[in-house]
Amino acid sequence: MSKSPLPGRPETVYYFPTCLIDLFYPEAGMAGIELLQRAGTKVVMPTKQSCCGQPARNCGYYEEARAVARAQLAAFPNDWPIVVPSGSCAGMMKKHYPELFAGTPELPKIQAFCDRVFELTWFLVHKMDIKLVDKGEPIKVTWHGSCHSMREMGVIEEPKDLLRSLSNVTLLEAEHEKECCGFGGTFSVRLPEVSAAMVTDKVGSIVATGATEVVSGDMGCMMNISGAMKKAKAPVRGRHIAEFLLERIGKGDA
Amino acid sequence: MSNARSAILERLRKAPKKPIPELPAWQPYQSTTEPAFERFRRLITAVRGEVIETTRANLAATVRQVLADKQCQNLLYAPKTDIGKALDDAWDAEPGPQLVAYDRPIEEMKALMINNIDAGITGTMGAIADTGSLIVWPTVEEPRLMSLVPPLHIAVLEVSKMFDSFTEAVAKLGWNKNPPGNTLLISGPSKTADIEGILCFGVHGPKQLVILAVTD
Amino acid sequence: MPELSHDFEHAAVEALGNKQLRTNLRRVMTGLINKRAAQFPDFDELQALRTRGAAIKDRALAKLPDLLVQLEQNLIAKGFHVHWAQSVEEGNKIILDILKKANARSIIKGKSMVSEEMHFNHFLEENGVKALESDLGEYIIQLAGETPSHIVMPAIHKNKDQIGKLFQEKIDGQPYTEDPDELTAAARRVLRQLFASADCGFSGVNFAAADTGTLVLISNEGNGRMSTHLPSMHIALMGIEKCIERLEDVGPLISLACRSATGQPITTYVNMISGPRKSNEKDGPKEVHLVLLDNGRTKIYQDPELREGLRCIRCAACMNHCPVYTRIGGHAYQYTYPGPIGEVLNPQMQGIEKAGDVLHASSLCGRCSEVCPVKIPLADLIVRLRREAIRPAADAVKGGGSRKSNMEDVIWFGWKTMYASPLLYRWGTWWLRKIGNFMPAGIPLLKQWTSVRSKPQFASRSIYDLARERGIRDE
Repeated sequence: MSKSPLPGRPETVYYFPTCLIDLFYPEAGMAGIELLQRAGTKVVMPTKQSCCGQPARNCGYYEEARAVARAQLAAFPNDWPIVVPSGSCAGMMKKHYPELFAGTPELPKIQAFCDRVFELTWFLVHKMDIKLVDKGEPIKVTWHGSCHSMREMGVIEEPKDLLRSLSNVTLLEAEHEKECCGFGGTFSVRLPEVSAAMVTDKVGSIVATGATEVVSGDMGCMMNISGAMKKAKAPVRGRHIAEFLLERIGKGDA
Repeated sequence: MSNARSAILERLRKAPKKPIPELPAWQPYQSTTEPAFERFRRLITAVRGEVIETTRANLAATVRQVLADKQCQNLLYAPKTDIGKALDDAWDAEPGPQLVAYDRPIEEMKALMINNIDAGITGTMGAIADTGSLIVWPTVEEPRLMSLVPPLHIAVLEVSKMFDSFTEAVAKLGWNKNPPGNTLLISGPSKTADIEGILCFGVHGPKQLVILAVTD
Repeated sequence: MPELSHDFEHAAVEALGNKQLRTNLRRVMTGLINKRAAQFPDFDELQALRTRGAAIKDRALAKLPDLLVQLEQNLIAKGFHVHWAQSVEEGNKIILDILKKANARSIIKGKSMVSEEMHFNHFLEENGVKALESDLGEYIIQLAGETPSHIVMPAIHKNKDQIGKLFQEKIDGQPYTEDPDELTAAARRVLRQLFASADCGFSGVNFAAADTGTLVLISNEGNGRMSTHLPSMHIALMGIEKCIERLEDVGPLISLACRSATGQPITTYVNMISGPRKSNEKDGPKEVHLVLLDNGRTKIYQDPELREGLRCIRCAACMNHCPVYTRIGGHAYQYTYPGPIGEVLNPQMQGIEKAGDVLHASSLCGRCSEVCPVKIPLADLIVRLRREAIRPAADAVKGGGSRKSNMEDVIWFGWKTMYASPLLYRWGTWWLRKIGNFMPAGIPLLKQWTSVRSKPQFASRSIYDLARERGIRDE
């Protein structure tokens, strides 16, 4: 469980949208920003950032990951929390940056950076104490627990709590909801047949719930699951939880 | 091969040293305020152990009943133990299924035990509540195979000798001070789930385990 | 059962196509996951126990050379014979010599994964000794001429009708039955006679307590006790990392192992052997031998990070929870150990050049690290070994650097150059947005992706442009 060193509600936060959202799902990233603003904080998103470096680290290319990590640090000079709409990227920074720089003189700087990294839904619940008012029509949704969100960032109940707090939303639990969807970044192309079997099973368990929407806190997982649902012509829509929540609370007062 | 020995130890010794951690403070887990014997009974009956309450005076009669219920023709026993003497006395008064003494080395008893003994009776050192386990320490009188080879094992447990955990038993029985050649925890009749994960009883060890819980 | 090819990916794909295997595995692994969860309802208790288990093993590993000497001294004082073997060949030879000296023609075995490392049965058969498996699952696969597909339930890939047919074929006078109780009874009948007639019994060792000189074996079936106490000789084989400090440490370790492995509070039998038969005793083996095997463990021990893998107590919780193992089973992993622990041990024991392809059998979901009762960071060790495969740290692992690929080096160099420079990142992603969606689905990487998914769509605008338009500050 990530513990916040910051007392109270912050006035300003940084936002780390992730390269995957930048390239493929910028609207999901914007939804996260808007939720933070609606919850009552200013959002600053530096343009000099790029990527957490996870794919390189996972393949053993530590030096390359470190080079990219340093560039991210340089983009977030102020002592504000860094909110990430991805448990996977947040986990890479919070858990693995200190390991990558262990035993180096850069470690204290890196550690100070990592202490400020938070996953979006956890931050909304625990630091912003966000209250959601559901303005939408009744709907059945289900949830996919993305691996690094749960196991590296300790985020398990927060997304579900947010969903359950919406009065017209029925949250259905999919079988094997905490099992990996098969994305795993490079895994999906290194061992594609097993990855395909995993995502096929995941789509099956989602469709079996009868929900019309599936949400997750990670667009890597969602790209994988949505892509498979689309190819299988499944009658389910997949979105980042931020987009879903924003839609439910509707156009807000400033 | 002292060559291998010194090579292995040398490689271990020249490796980078890692700190020796302290063992963190820890309590063996007790899930309920259920009395120890009840915990034990609940766990062992859940895996088909059978628990029959009796008294010292009634022990032989209870054994006779169990043998009748289970249709045993004979019983492997240790005549020089208290249990053995109680059975001899009771059988003298009223005969029952044949009492067979485990009084010769296994080489001379093997064929008989493997093929023709229906039940064996042993004492216990007590039982562990948290895991539902009998503590059996084979002795010269009650050798190792007595609680294993016969298809029915009758174990006599004094209810006063309950321990919460293995940790407690080790401390109170002095188990780590020169233990006997074989000591056992027995937590039910033998079982397996190797075929499709389906639970089956009576694989190689006893098919049935009856615990006579002596309450006085 | 089709012959599995030697390349891991091919083996995995073949296994994926085996419907029965997948159905069996899914059902049994889900059951084991649920059973384990039911044994640990209290999160804090579980974490405290895992911390204790990890500390017990770390203490033992930190003191290993001294503990092994203490263990040996205590065992010898009680009448055991203790042997040391650096390699599989040495271990096999030592055991064969013991058997030949005793004129033993047959040996009955309790389950031992370390004997699989040694290809022990095969070696004995070649040298005129029959090695008979007595654990029901091992007995089944021995009859079928196969290797275990799981370290705790070796025959889990087989259905009861297959086992029924196998028994009918291979056991004299055995009629066909699918009933598991009847099949179990048949095995009991056959093996009972073999326990009685075998010249020697053989076992692995779950834990060896140095303070008392005690070998601890856990089992449900009773074959462990039968094979270690009926024959007049017992040979035990143990990886050196199984040595622990004290007998009382066994309590928490058994609690962790049994609850994590099969969701039981304890196995039916915990068999603690502290000596051979004494002169006034009536049973037990007259001669007990312990063979301590290295086979690459001292090399793993040299590296402080990789050494954490030696905490393993072989409970199989990692593979029970692994989404990849559940879909491909144990044989696809090619070498002794399957699942996540196999991905960590096999490349180190066999060399990365031989067994390294299994390192990409992981999506790094981290479930294995989460459930490991002794807190081995399995997912992190897999990443470390991926690094050793391409950029070895001075001889840390056999076959280090053998998977280095110039093409991949170039790709990551290019990736780093783009991503470490804000300007190049903006420029590079601008191009990707322009042309990315024109990439045909059939090109490498996209081809694998689009086999079951639609092509990902590059967005037309960058989030940084959208943000600027909507008035989000950039500093």
